[in-house]
Amino acid sequence: MNLVWRGSIAIMGSVPEPLIEARQVEKFYEQPSDNRIQVIAPLDLAVYPGEILTLLGPSGSGKSTLLRILTGLSAASAGQVLWHGSPINGPCENVSIVFQSFALFPWLTVLENVEAPLKARGVSEAGRAARSFKMLDSVGLDGFENAYPKELSGGMKQRVGFARALVVEPEVLFMDEPFSALDVLTAENLRSELLELWEDKKMPTRAVFIVTHNIEEAVLLGDRVVVLGKNPGRIRTDFRVDLPRPRDRKHPRFNKIVDFIYQVLTKPDGDAALALSGPAAAAAQPKYPMLPHARTGGIAGFLEILADHNGREDVYRMADLLSFEIDDLLPIVEGAALLGFVKVTEGDVEITPEGLEFANAPILRQKELFRNTALEHVALLKQIKRALESKSDHTLPDDFFHDILDEHFSEEETVRQLETAINWGRYAEIFDHDSERKRFFIPEETPPEQQQVEVGTET
Amino acid sequence: MDAIVFALLFAVIYAIVAVARYWFSAPVAAVEISLSPAAIPRYAFYSLVRMIVAYLLSLVFAVAYGYFAAYHKRAEGPMLALLDILQSIPVLSFLPGVMLAMVSLFPSRQLGVEFGSIILIFTGQVWNMAFSFYASLKAVPRELMEASRVYRFSPLQRFLQLELPQGAIGLVWNSMVSVAGGWFFLMACEMFVLGKRDFRLPGLGSYLQSAASAGDTAAITWGIAAMIGVVVLIDQLVWRPAIAWSDKFKLEQVESSGAHSSGVLNLLRKSPLLSRLRDGITTPLMERFYLSAAREKPEVKSAPSNWQRAFLVLAGLVALLFILHGVFQGLLVLRAITPAEIVTTLESAGATFLRVLAALVIASAWTIPAGVAIGFNPRLARVAQPLAQIAASVPATALFPVLLLGLVSLGGGLNTGSILLMLLGTQWYILFNVIAGAIAIPSEFREVADIFRFGQIERWRTVILPAIFPYLITGLVTASGGAWNASIVAEYFHFKGQVLSTFGLGAEISSATDAGNFALLLLSTIVMATLVVSVNRLVWRPLYRRAETRYRIEA
Repeated sequence: MNLVWRGSIAIMGSVPEPLIEARQVEKFYEQPSDNRIQVIAPLDLAVYPGEILTLLGPSGSGKSTLLRILTGLSAASAGQVLWHGSPINGPCENVSIVFQSFALFPWLTVLENVEAPLKARGVSEAGRAARSFKMLDSVGLDGFENAYPKELSGGMKQRVGFARALVVEPEVLFMDEPFSALDVLTAENLRSELLELWEDKKMPTRAVFIVTHNIEEAVLLGDRVVVLGKNPGRIRTDFRVDLPRPRDRKHPRFNKIVDFIYQVLTKPDGDAALALSGPAAAAAQPKYPMLPHARTGGIAGFLEILADHNGREDVYRMADLLSFEIDDLLPIVEGAALLGFVKVTEGDVEITPEGLEFANAPILRQKELFRNTALEHVALLKQIKRALESKSDHTLPDDFFHDILDEHFSEEETVRQLETAINWGRYAEIFDHDSERKRFFIPEETPPEQQQVEVGTET
Repeated sequence: MDAIVFALLFAVIYAIVAVARYWFSAPVAAVEISLSPAAIPRYAFYSLVRMIVAYLLSLVFAVAYGYFAAYHKRAEGPMLALLDILQSIPVLSFLPGVMLAMVSLFPSRQLGVEFGSIILIFTGQVWNMAFSFYASLKAVPRELMEASRVYRFSPLQRFLQLELPQGAIGLVWNSMVSVAGGWFFLMACEMFVLGKRDFRLPGLGSYLQSAASAGDTAAITWGIAAMIGVVVLIDQLVWRPAIAWSDKFKLEQVESSGAHSSGVLNLLRKSPLLSRLRDGITTPLMERFYLSAAREKPEVKSAPSNWQRAFLVLAGLVALLFILHGVFQGLLVLRAITPAEIVTTLESAGATFLRVLAALVIASAWTIPAGVAIGFNPRLARVAQPLAQIAASVPATALFPVLLLGLVSLGGGLNTGSILLMLLGTQWYILFNVIAGAIAIPSEFREVADIFRFGQIERWRTVILPAIFPYLITGLVTASGGAWNASIVAEYFHFKGQVLSTFGLGAEISSATDAGNFALLLLSTIVMATLVVSVNRLVWRPLYRRAETRYRIEA
């Protein structure tokens, strides 16, 4: 099923002027060793008036970075960002951001928080108060003007965030995972309020740009959904959602769209066919293999549940069943696939015979199976083991492996890779890690009597 | 209510005028200290004024320093390193030198010595406040920073609405610590006598010293009472309200139950006079600032122009030349040192080091068990903590002459006396921190020890000592710094017309100044500074790191 459209061109005869346009925008960090860590591969993205655009992607896909580049908070490493056709230089004048953690100043009252951007624009005291009161009223916070943020619930705090963002009447409203920090019910409530504010059209806001990692949210809110892949960040697909509002989660077409997105996300890297912005995906060259950040316990549990479901299930349905976000589920699926325990095709995950054996095995046998397949398929673990064995005392400092990984990953990612490697290595009993001395080492062989008494540890 | 506030304002204005009149009066050769209790309020007032001036200076400088360091990447490294070293140097080791310098610089003796004392207090106070402000700037949550950029805050608005509030809590707590330290230095400055030269200033410190010299017990009692009174008054009128006010700036998301309250703060908040002042003067002024800031075009961050870069390079070169010149001159002076003197200096450094060590060990020996006992018993803690706080804020240097009086009559010398003084000044830091550490031990840890029937030794080894380790280290570091400072005054003292001294680095510094031997003074000051900084780097820093990684209890 092909949902890839070229935006609104098919409907209208003419191409509307984009409000914001990113041309061949990239973000990378140069290493001293001439290696480049590419966070975002060159991509083109345009935001048109009259639409809510949702940017969807797993963590690490650079979606928050892209938001900051489009608003001018961060500078792109290469490429241009155009506002009404002219390149920007610093934060844009007519944008607002609603933040994931609300970003309210705890020492200012609700009213003072909403007034702050007006203060920055030199609006008089009376004018500020009038506009802020009106804004707070429209988000339903009338009466809370003198409260401090810590007296409010999460949902109310985000409403203040909305009020503050809208009081300056921005042309484009940006939202960085605005509902992630809220509970399910409050998030649902605020989503409908956002749509209400949008459809009322009382604001001069002409477009809304929402970053999210929740697939359902993206389809519920977006007129247009852009899906980012990671490593490096690039556009996997960009399509319009033509479902009428209010949207129904149970509607078969809704499910089809969500399923399609899961397909896109679980498709292996390097698939340029789905990328709307053609040249962008070409920058995705074969990279140093990345260890997916899943714990061994998570993978084991996932396989057992999958085995229970007759060994084959829709990724969408698994996510629904486990109430997992894509950031929780995809690394587990990738990890299981890397180890050869599952196979992913067309948005479905299927358990392999090896995976089935693993799921049904007792704890000690599980460790053995894991160890065998890890040593065969996981490059990093193989590398660590070989390096440790090459030394007579079987031990090496952290920095040794850190420096190798540093060439290919950012500092933060390198640390996470090593942490995951330690977790897998310990479980599989390939090596151990002394966090005090910061060294990897291969533990001494335990005598046979002790091995029988040993109880396997679940991590 | 209003009348009180108004009276306060009136008193402040009178104070400023009175002080100005005193400072610029005709020079007096030596200061006469009256021992009558009636003179105490005046002396207390003078001491207070010195503290206030020094503190305000420190606050402004600390904020400026921290701000600059946080926002200029290239300067950050050197500025932090400088701060670290200056923080560890024992301030009182410069007391003799600074006083001499100031007196020769200023025509009026009063002014010279006053400025000397203010500079010394400033040097002792400013660095930890600067570091605290710097650290809070670095800890500004990223999204708040981004919000201030997206919503186009001017630098002024950002400072007033984001940066200053962010740093407020740290500044309040560090001010408390700094001012406590400041009293310590001030008292030492006020009673400073070097041979023929009398650098004493009229104040509580000199009062107590004269009283002890004369053996006047009534005066001594009045003096100590006044000291405690001033400290408690400041605590109630300044620090408690400040802490209650700074609760507003806690970065917490939910209202916590540990809120502080203060009667004085409520008084100030309700005062109609103050609010009228605010509405009439400050608010319109601020509005005008904001308006003009909004009209300015937003700055585009461009690379520093060539002129600016050239200026910076030039400034750097000048500073470098200055430093080199100073070092060169210093080395020339040092050439006068004989090898024998070097040996003596090193030996005396060793002696003082051992004394500091002894003081720390003795202090720990009683404060650790006491602190743990208090910390485990909440009712006891509620009584003991404020008492310990008051005891800690009474500057040990003020009590030193009194202590000596007792010691001399018992027949002891300065060898034990100096250790006692160090103890007096520093054991409270260890006690506080141990109490705080004991309170912080999660009750589950103690429950584990109970259920598995840990013996006393195991309980201490496995649960208590590791848990209080980070707090203990903090206490020990502060105590050690305080002990080194105390050694200057404690090892060489003018008492009842004679000089009491003992073999040590502090004594060497003071006696060298007394004899006018500048070479020796320079050498011994450098040795002390180097010793303290090295111990800091080699001993305390690694222990801190350990405390942060292995011994940290995560919530």
